[in-house]
Amino acid sequence: MSNVWTAIALAAVANFVLKAAGPVAFGGRELGRGAQKLIALLPAALLAALVVTQTFADGRSLELDARAGGVAVAIVAIACRAGLLTVLALATVTTAALRALT
Amino acid sequence: MAVEDTYAAGARAALPLVLPTLLVGMSFGAGAVALDWGYVAPVVMSIVVFSGAGQFAIASVLGAGGSVVAAALAAILVGGRFLAMGIALGSSLRGGPLRRALEGQAIVDASMILARTGEAEYGARRLLGATAPQFAAWVLGTLVGVLAGSRIGDPERFGLDVVFPAFFLVLLAKELRERSSRLAAAAGGLIALALIPLTPPGVPVIAACAAVLVGRIRS
Repeated sequence: MSNVWTAIALAAVANFVLKAAGPVAFGGRELGRGAQKLIALLPAALLAALVVTQTFADGRSLELDARAGGVAVAIVAIACRAGLLTVLALATVTTAALRALT
Repeated sequence: MAVEDTYAAGARAALPLVLPTLLVGMSFGAGAVALDWGYVAPVVMSIVVFSGAGQFAIASVLGAGGSVVAAALAAILVGGRFLAMGIALGSSLRGGPLRRALEGQAIVDASMILARTGEAEYGARRLLGATAPQFAAWVLGTLVGVLAGSRIGDPERFGLDVVFPAFFLVLLAKELRERSSRLAAAAGGLIALALIPLTPPGVPVIAACAAVLVGRIRS
């Protein structure tokens, strides 16, 4: 049990520092044009990485499972200009159905 | 991009994530009880660590008999992306360093994106507004999971875990208007995919941040 509490304390402190560092170091500063251009691209890079890891990663292994089916349906729905809630609902139903079938 | 920086706008944007966050929180709480963590530790953890991926990483390391150091390291790797996010939105935060450090605590994956008000600008109110309902759902979900334990069954059967990648995909689609962002997204996705089997969880996402350089050089 003491292991659990130590891990909680360490992770809490680490997360606090990781989240505070940027705002403390750069808060209120005017960034150069070059830095702004890089920062403007971060959401695209991060979102793509989050989609990939949350769809295909299971720990350190690559998996092609019911999540991929849901995300594939989401891609089609987005391409058809479906609204956000429709996209999410279709993906959820697809993933749940695939899990029920397999 | 004219986006209003209000708490309500941020909260509204994050609403679709409330139910899935609640269910994943329940799954975490039930899993932690199954690992003999007791009732208090999982809930405290969800309040002070507040990172789904980080908490599951710790549970999986400790559950497999790993050391505290290994568990903390796993959580730090998962949290490493918050450093990049904080650097990106840091300059948009106003006020003294303590206030900025506290506002930075609202940084989580979805909120950072939802807080965006311009190309490289972010709104502190949108950030806090987007995080508040997710935080409430995460802590409440953990509490329910801890109390209900194995009786809740496997929340994954509802398929709601796929809401997170699908939600991020919708946000990503809006990012792809310019060639430079398309390149950054393609490079980020490929870096993450290539590193999943090679590195501990968290590292693929941190490494993908380097994709901004690809987008910049090739545009």
